[in-house]
Amino acid sequence: MYQFLKNLDRRWIFLSMLLAVAIPILSRIVFPEVVSKQAKMVFDAVESLPEGSNILLSYDFDPASEGELLPMAQAFTRHCSVKGHKQYYMALWPLGSPMVDKSLDTIRSEYPDLEYGIDYMKFDYKAGGEAVIRMITTDLRGMFPLDSQGVSLDEIPMTKNIKNIQDMDLIINVSAGDPGTKQWVQFASTPFGITTVSGCTGVQAPQMYPYIPKQLAGVLGAIKAAAEYEAAIDESYPEIAANPKAQEAKRRMGPQLVAHGLMVGLIIIGNCIYYVGRKRGDV
Amino acid sequence: MESGTVSLSWSRTIGLWLAAIFTLFILSFLVGDNPAYKFAEAMVVGTSAGYVMVIGLWDVFVPNLLGKLAPGLVQSFALPGIEGTHQEFWWLYFIPAILIVMLLFQLMPSGGWISRWPIAFFIGITAGYRMIGYVEADLVAQIKAGIVPLIEFNGDGGFALWPTVNAFLLTIATLSAMVYFFFSIEHKGLVGKTARVGIWFLMITFGASFGYTVMGRIALLAARLEFLFGKWLHFIPSQLDFSILANLDWILLIQFM
Repeated sequence: MYQFLKNLDRRWIFLSMLLAVAIPILSRIVFPEVVSKQAKMVFDAVESLPEGSNILLSYDFDPASEGELLPMAQAFTRHCSVKGHKQYYMALWPLGSPMVDKSLDTIRSEYPDLEYGIDYMKFDYKAGGEAVIRMITTDLRGMFPLDSQGVSLDEIPMTKNIKNIQDMDLIINVSAGDPGTKQWVQFASTPFGITTVSGCTGVQAPQMYPYIPKQLAGVLGAIKAAAEYEAAIDESYPEIAANPKAQEAKRRMGPQLVAHGLMVGLIIIGNCIYYVGRKRGDV
Repeated sequence: MESGTVSLSWSRTIGLWLAAIFTLFILSFLVGDNPAYKFAEAMVVGTSAGYVMVIGLWDVFVPNLLGKLAPGLVQSFALPGIEGTHQEFWWLYFIPAILIVMLLFQLMPSGGWISRWPIAFFIGITAGYRMIGYVEADLVAQIKAGIVPLIEFNGDGGFALWPTVNAFLLTIATLSAMVYFFFSIEHKGLVGKTARVGIWFLMITFGASFGYTVMGRIALLAARLEFLFGKWLHFIPSQLDFSILANLDWILLIQFM
């Protein structure tokens, strides 16, 4: 047994991981989620604002992180839409712009009463990362003279009275790296006190928690927190709970459970092989 | 080809098949390096670079530089929404324009040294920008956030156990981790023991990061498999009711183990 496990081709491990993820997907098992304190903080940050509040949503991720971050981005969109907030979308990553388009598609298909330019709008991608953030904290038009459709901000009802992002009631940043949440904290939330929440990849999450609660009003770390956020929205809005498209993160927690179980098993087996090998003098 | 309200879209169908085939090409690396993987990798790099270049041109270069230097011209041929007149101090935009030209000298066989000036400028600006951000948000604000009362009380004045434990843990973890990175003194005696405690806290942090990273990677794999089994192969039924499973408490327990 020891020799068999020691010489096991790693491709068997890949295959077992593939099955661990694929079987829950094919069986469509959805597990219940308990809303954690962190997810509740993010939910409350959006929920507590009065209808018509200005919310800036910056999608700083690309298709490489879509599987992990798009469910929470879509959850933010649905939550802001159902609350009637004014949504200003932007992206600090060049490939973040198509991700924003997916949220705009969601608004158009699920909330047809919302109008572009009145309830939501989109800024195009701008290069510069933190320099963009720093500039729009004082002068929005200096960086974005036009929206993504080439219309002057003075002609768009929801932007004509916006001078800079200090006029925003909340910043929601969905982040996969640099530029991302860290830059929003450094150049918007800390110096100007703009309330900010973050939805970020698992890799980033441990670096973001120290910013809570003063510099960040809440953090959604990876798909687990996204599923909890969906659950929090479902509890308050039954119409969203009835929408299967709005359960994407919860659906992805099934594969997580099985794959994490496999991972724990593999780590234990790997350590056992190591200790047996050391005892036998193989290591 | 049309049937009722549903119509066949060739562009979407071809796109769907290309996405599925390229996903399989990339996953084939798990079996071993192969030409299909190399091909897909090159396609990703090439298309991403092309996309970023076009986006950079039309979203940044044209509106934010050309639109400032020659607003009338840009308004007439590219962006009718912008103002057709010069803004105040518009001539300042000649400085980034000159820096861009200098940067292009890097492509010349001789005169590459000219490109070092704009590079030095960008590095200086970036370093300055970042330093301000880090000092304000990561140094001063974090020191402030780290200074907490060690004994916590509830709203009614009673002793709050867990917040107090949290405050102690925060203080011990911060100080011991900092001592670990203090290499000017040999890690012996009290300093060595404190540094060892710091290592434990660091290891726990790395473990949490690893767990989060695994979660992220599995989410990405799940998303691709959902695409392959769902949109491409239609193996996943559009709706199934597993609400009965959602009521089983044992599943909840396993999930939180």
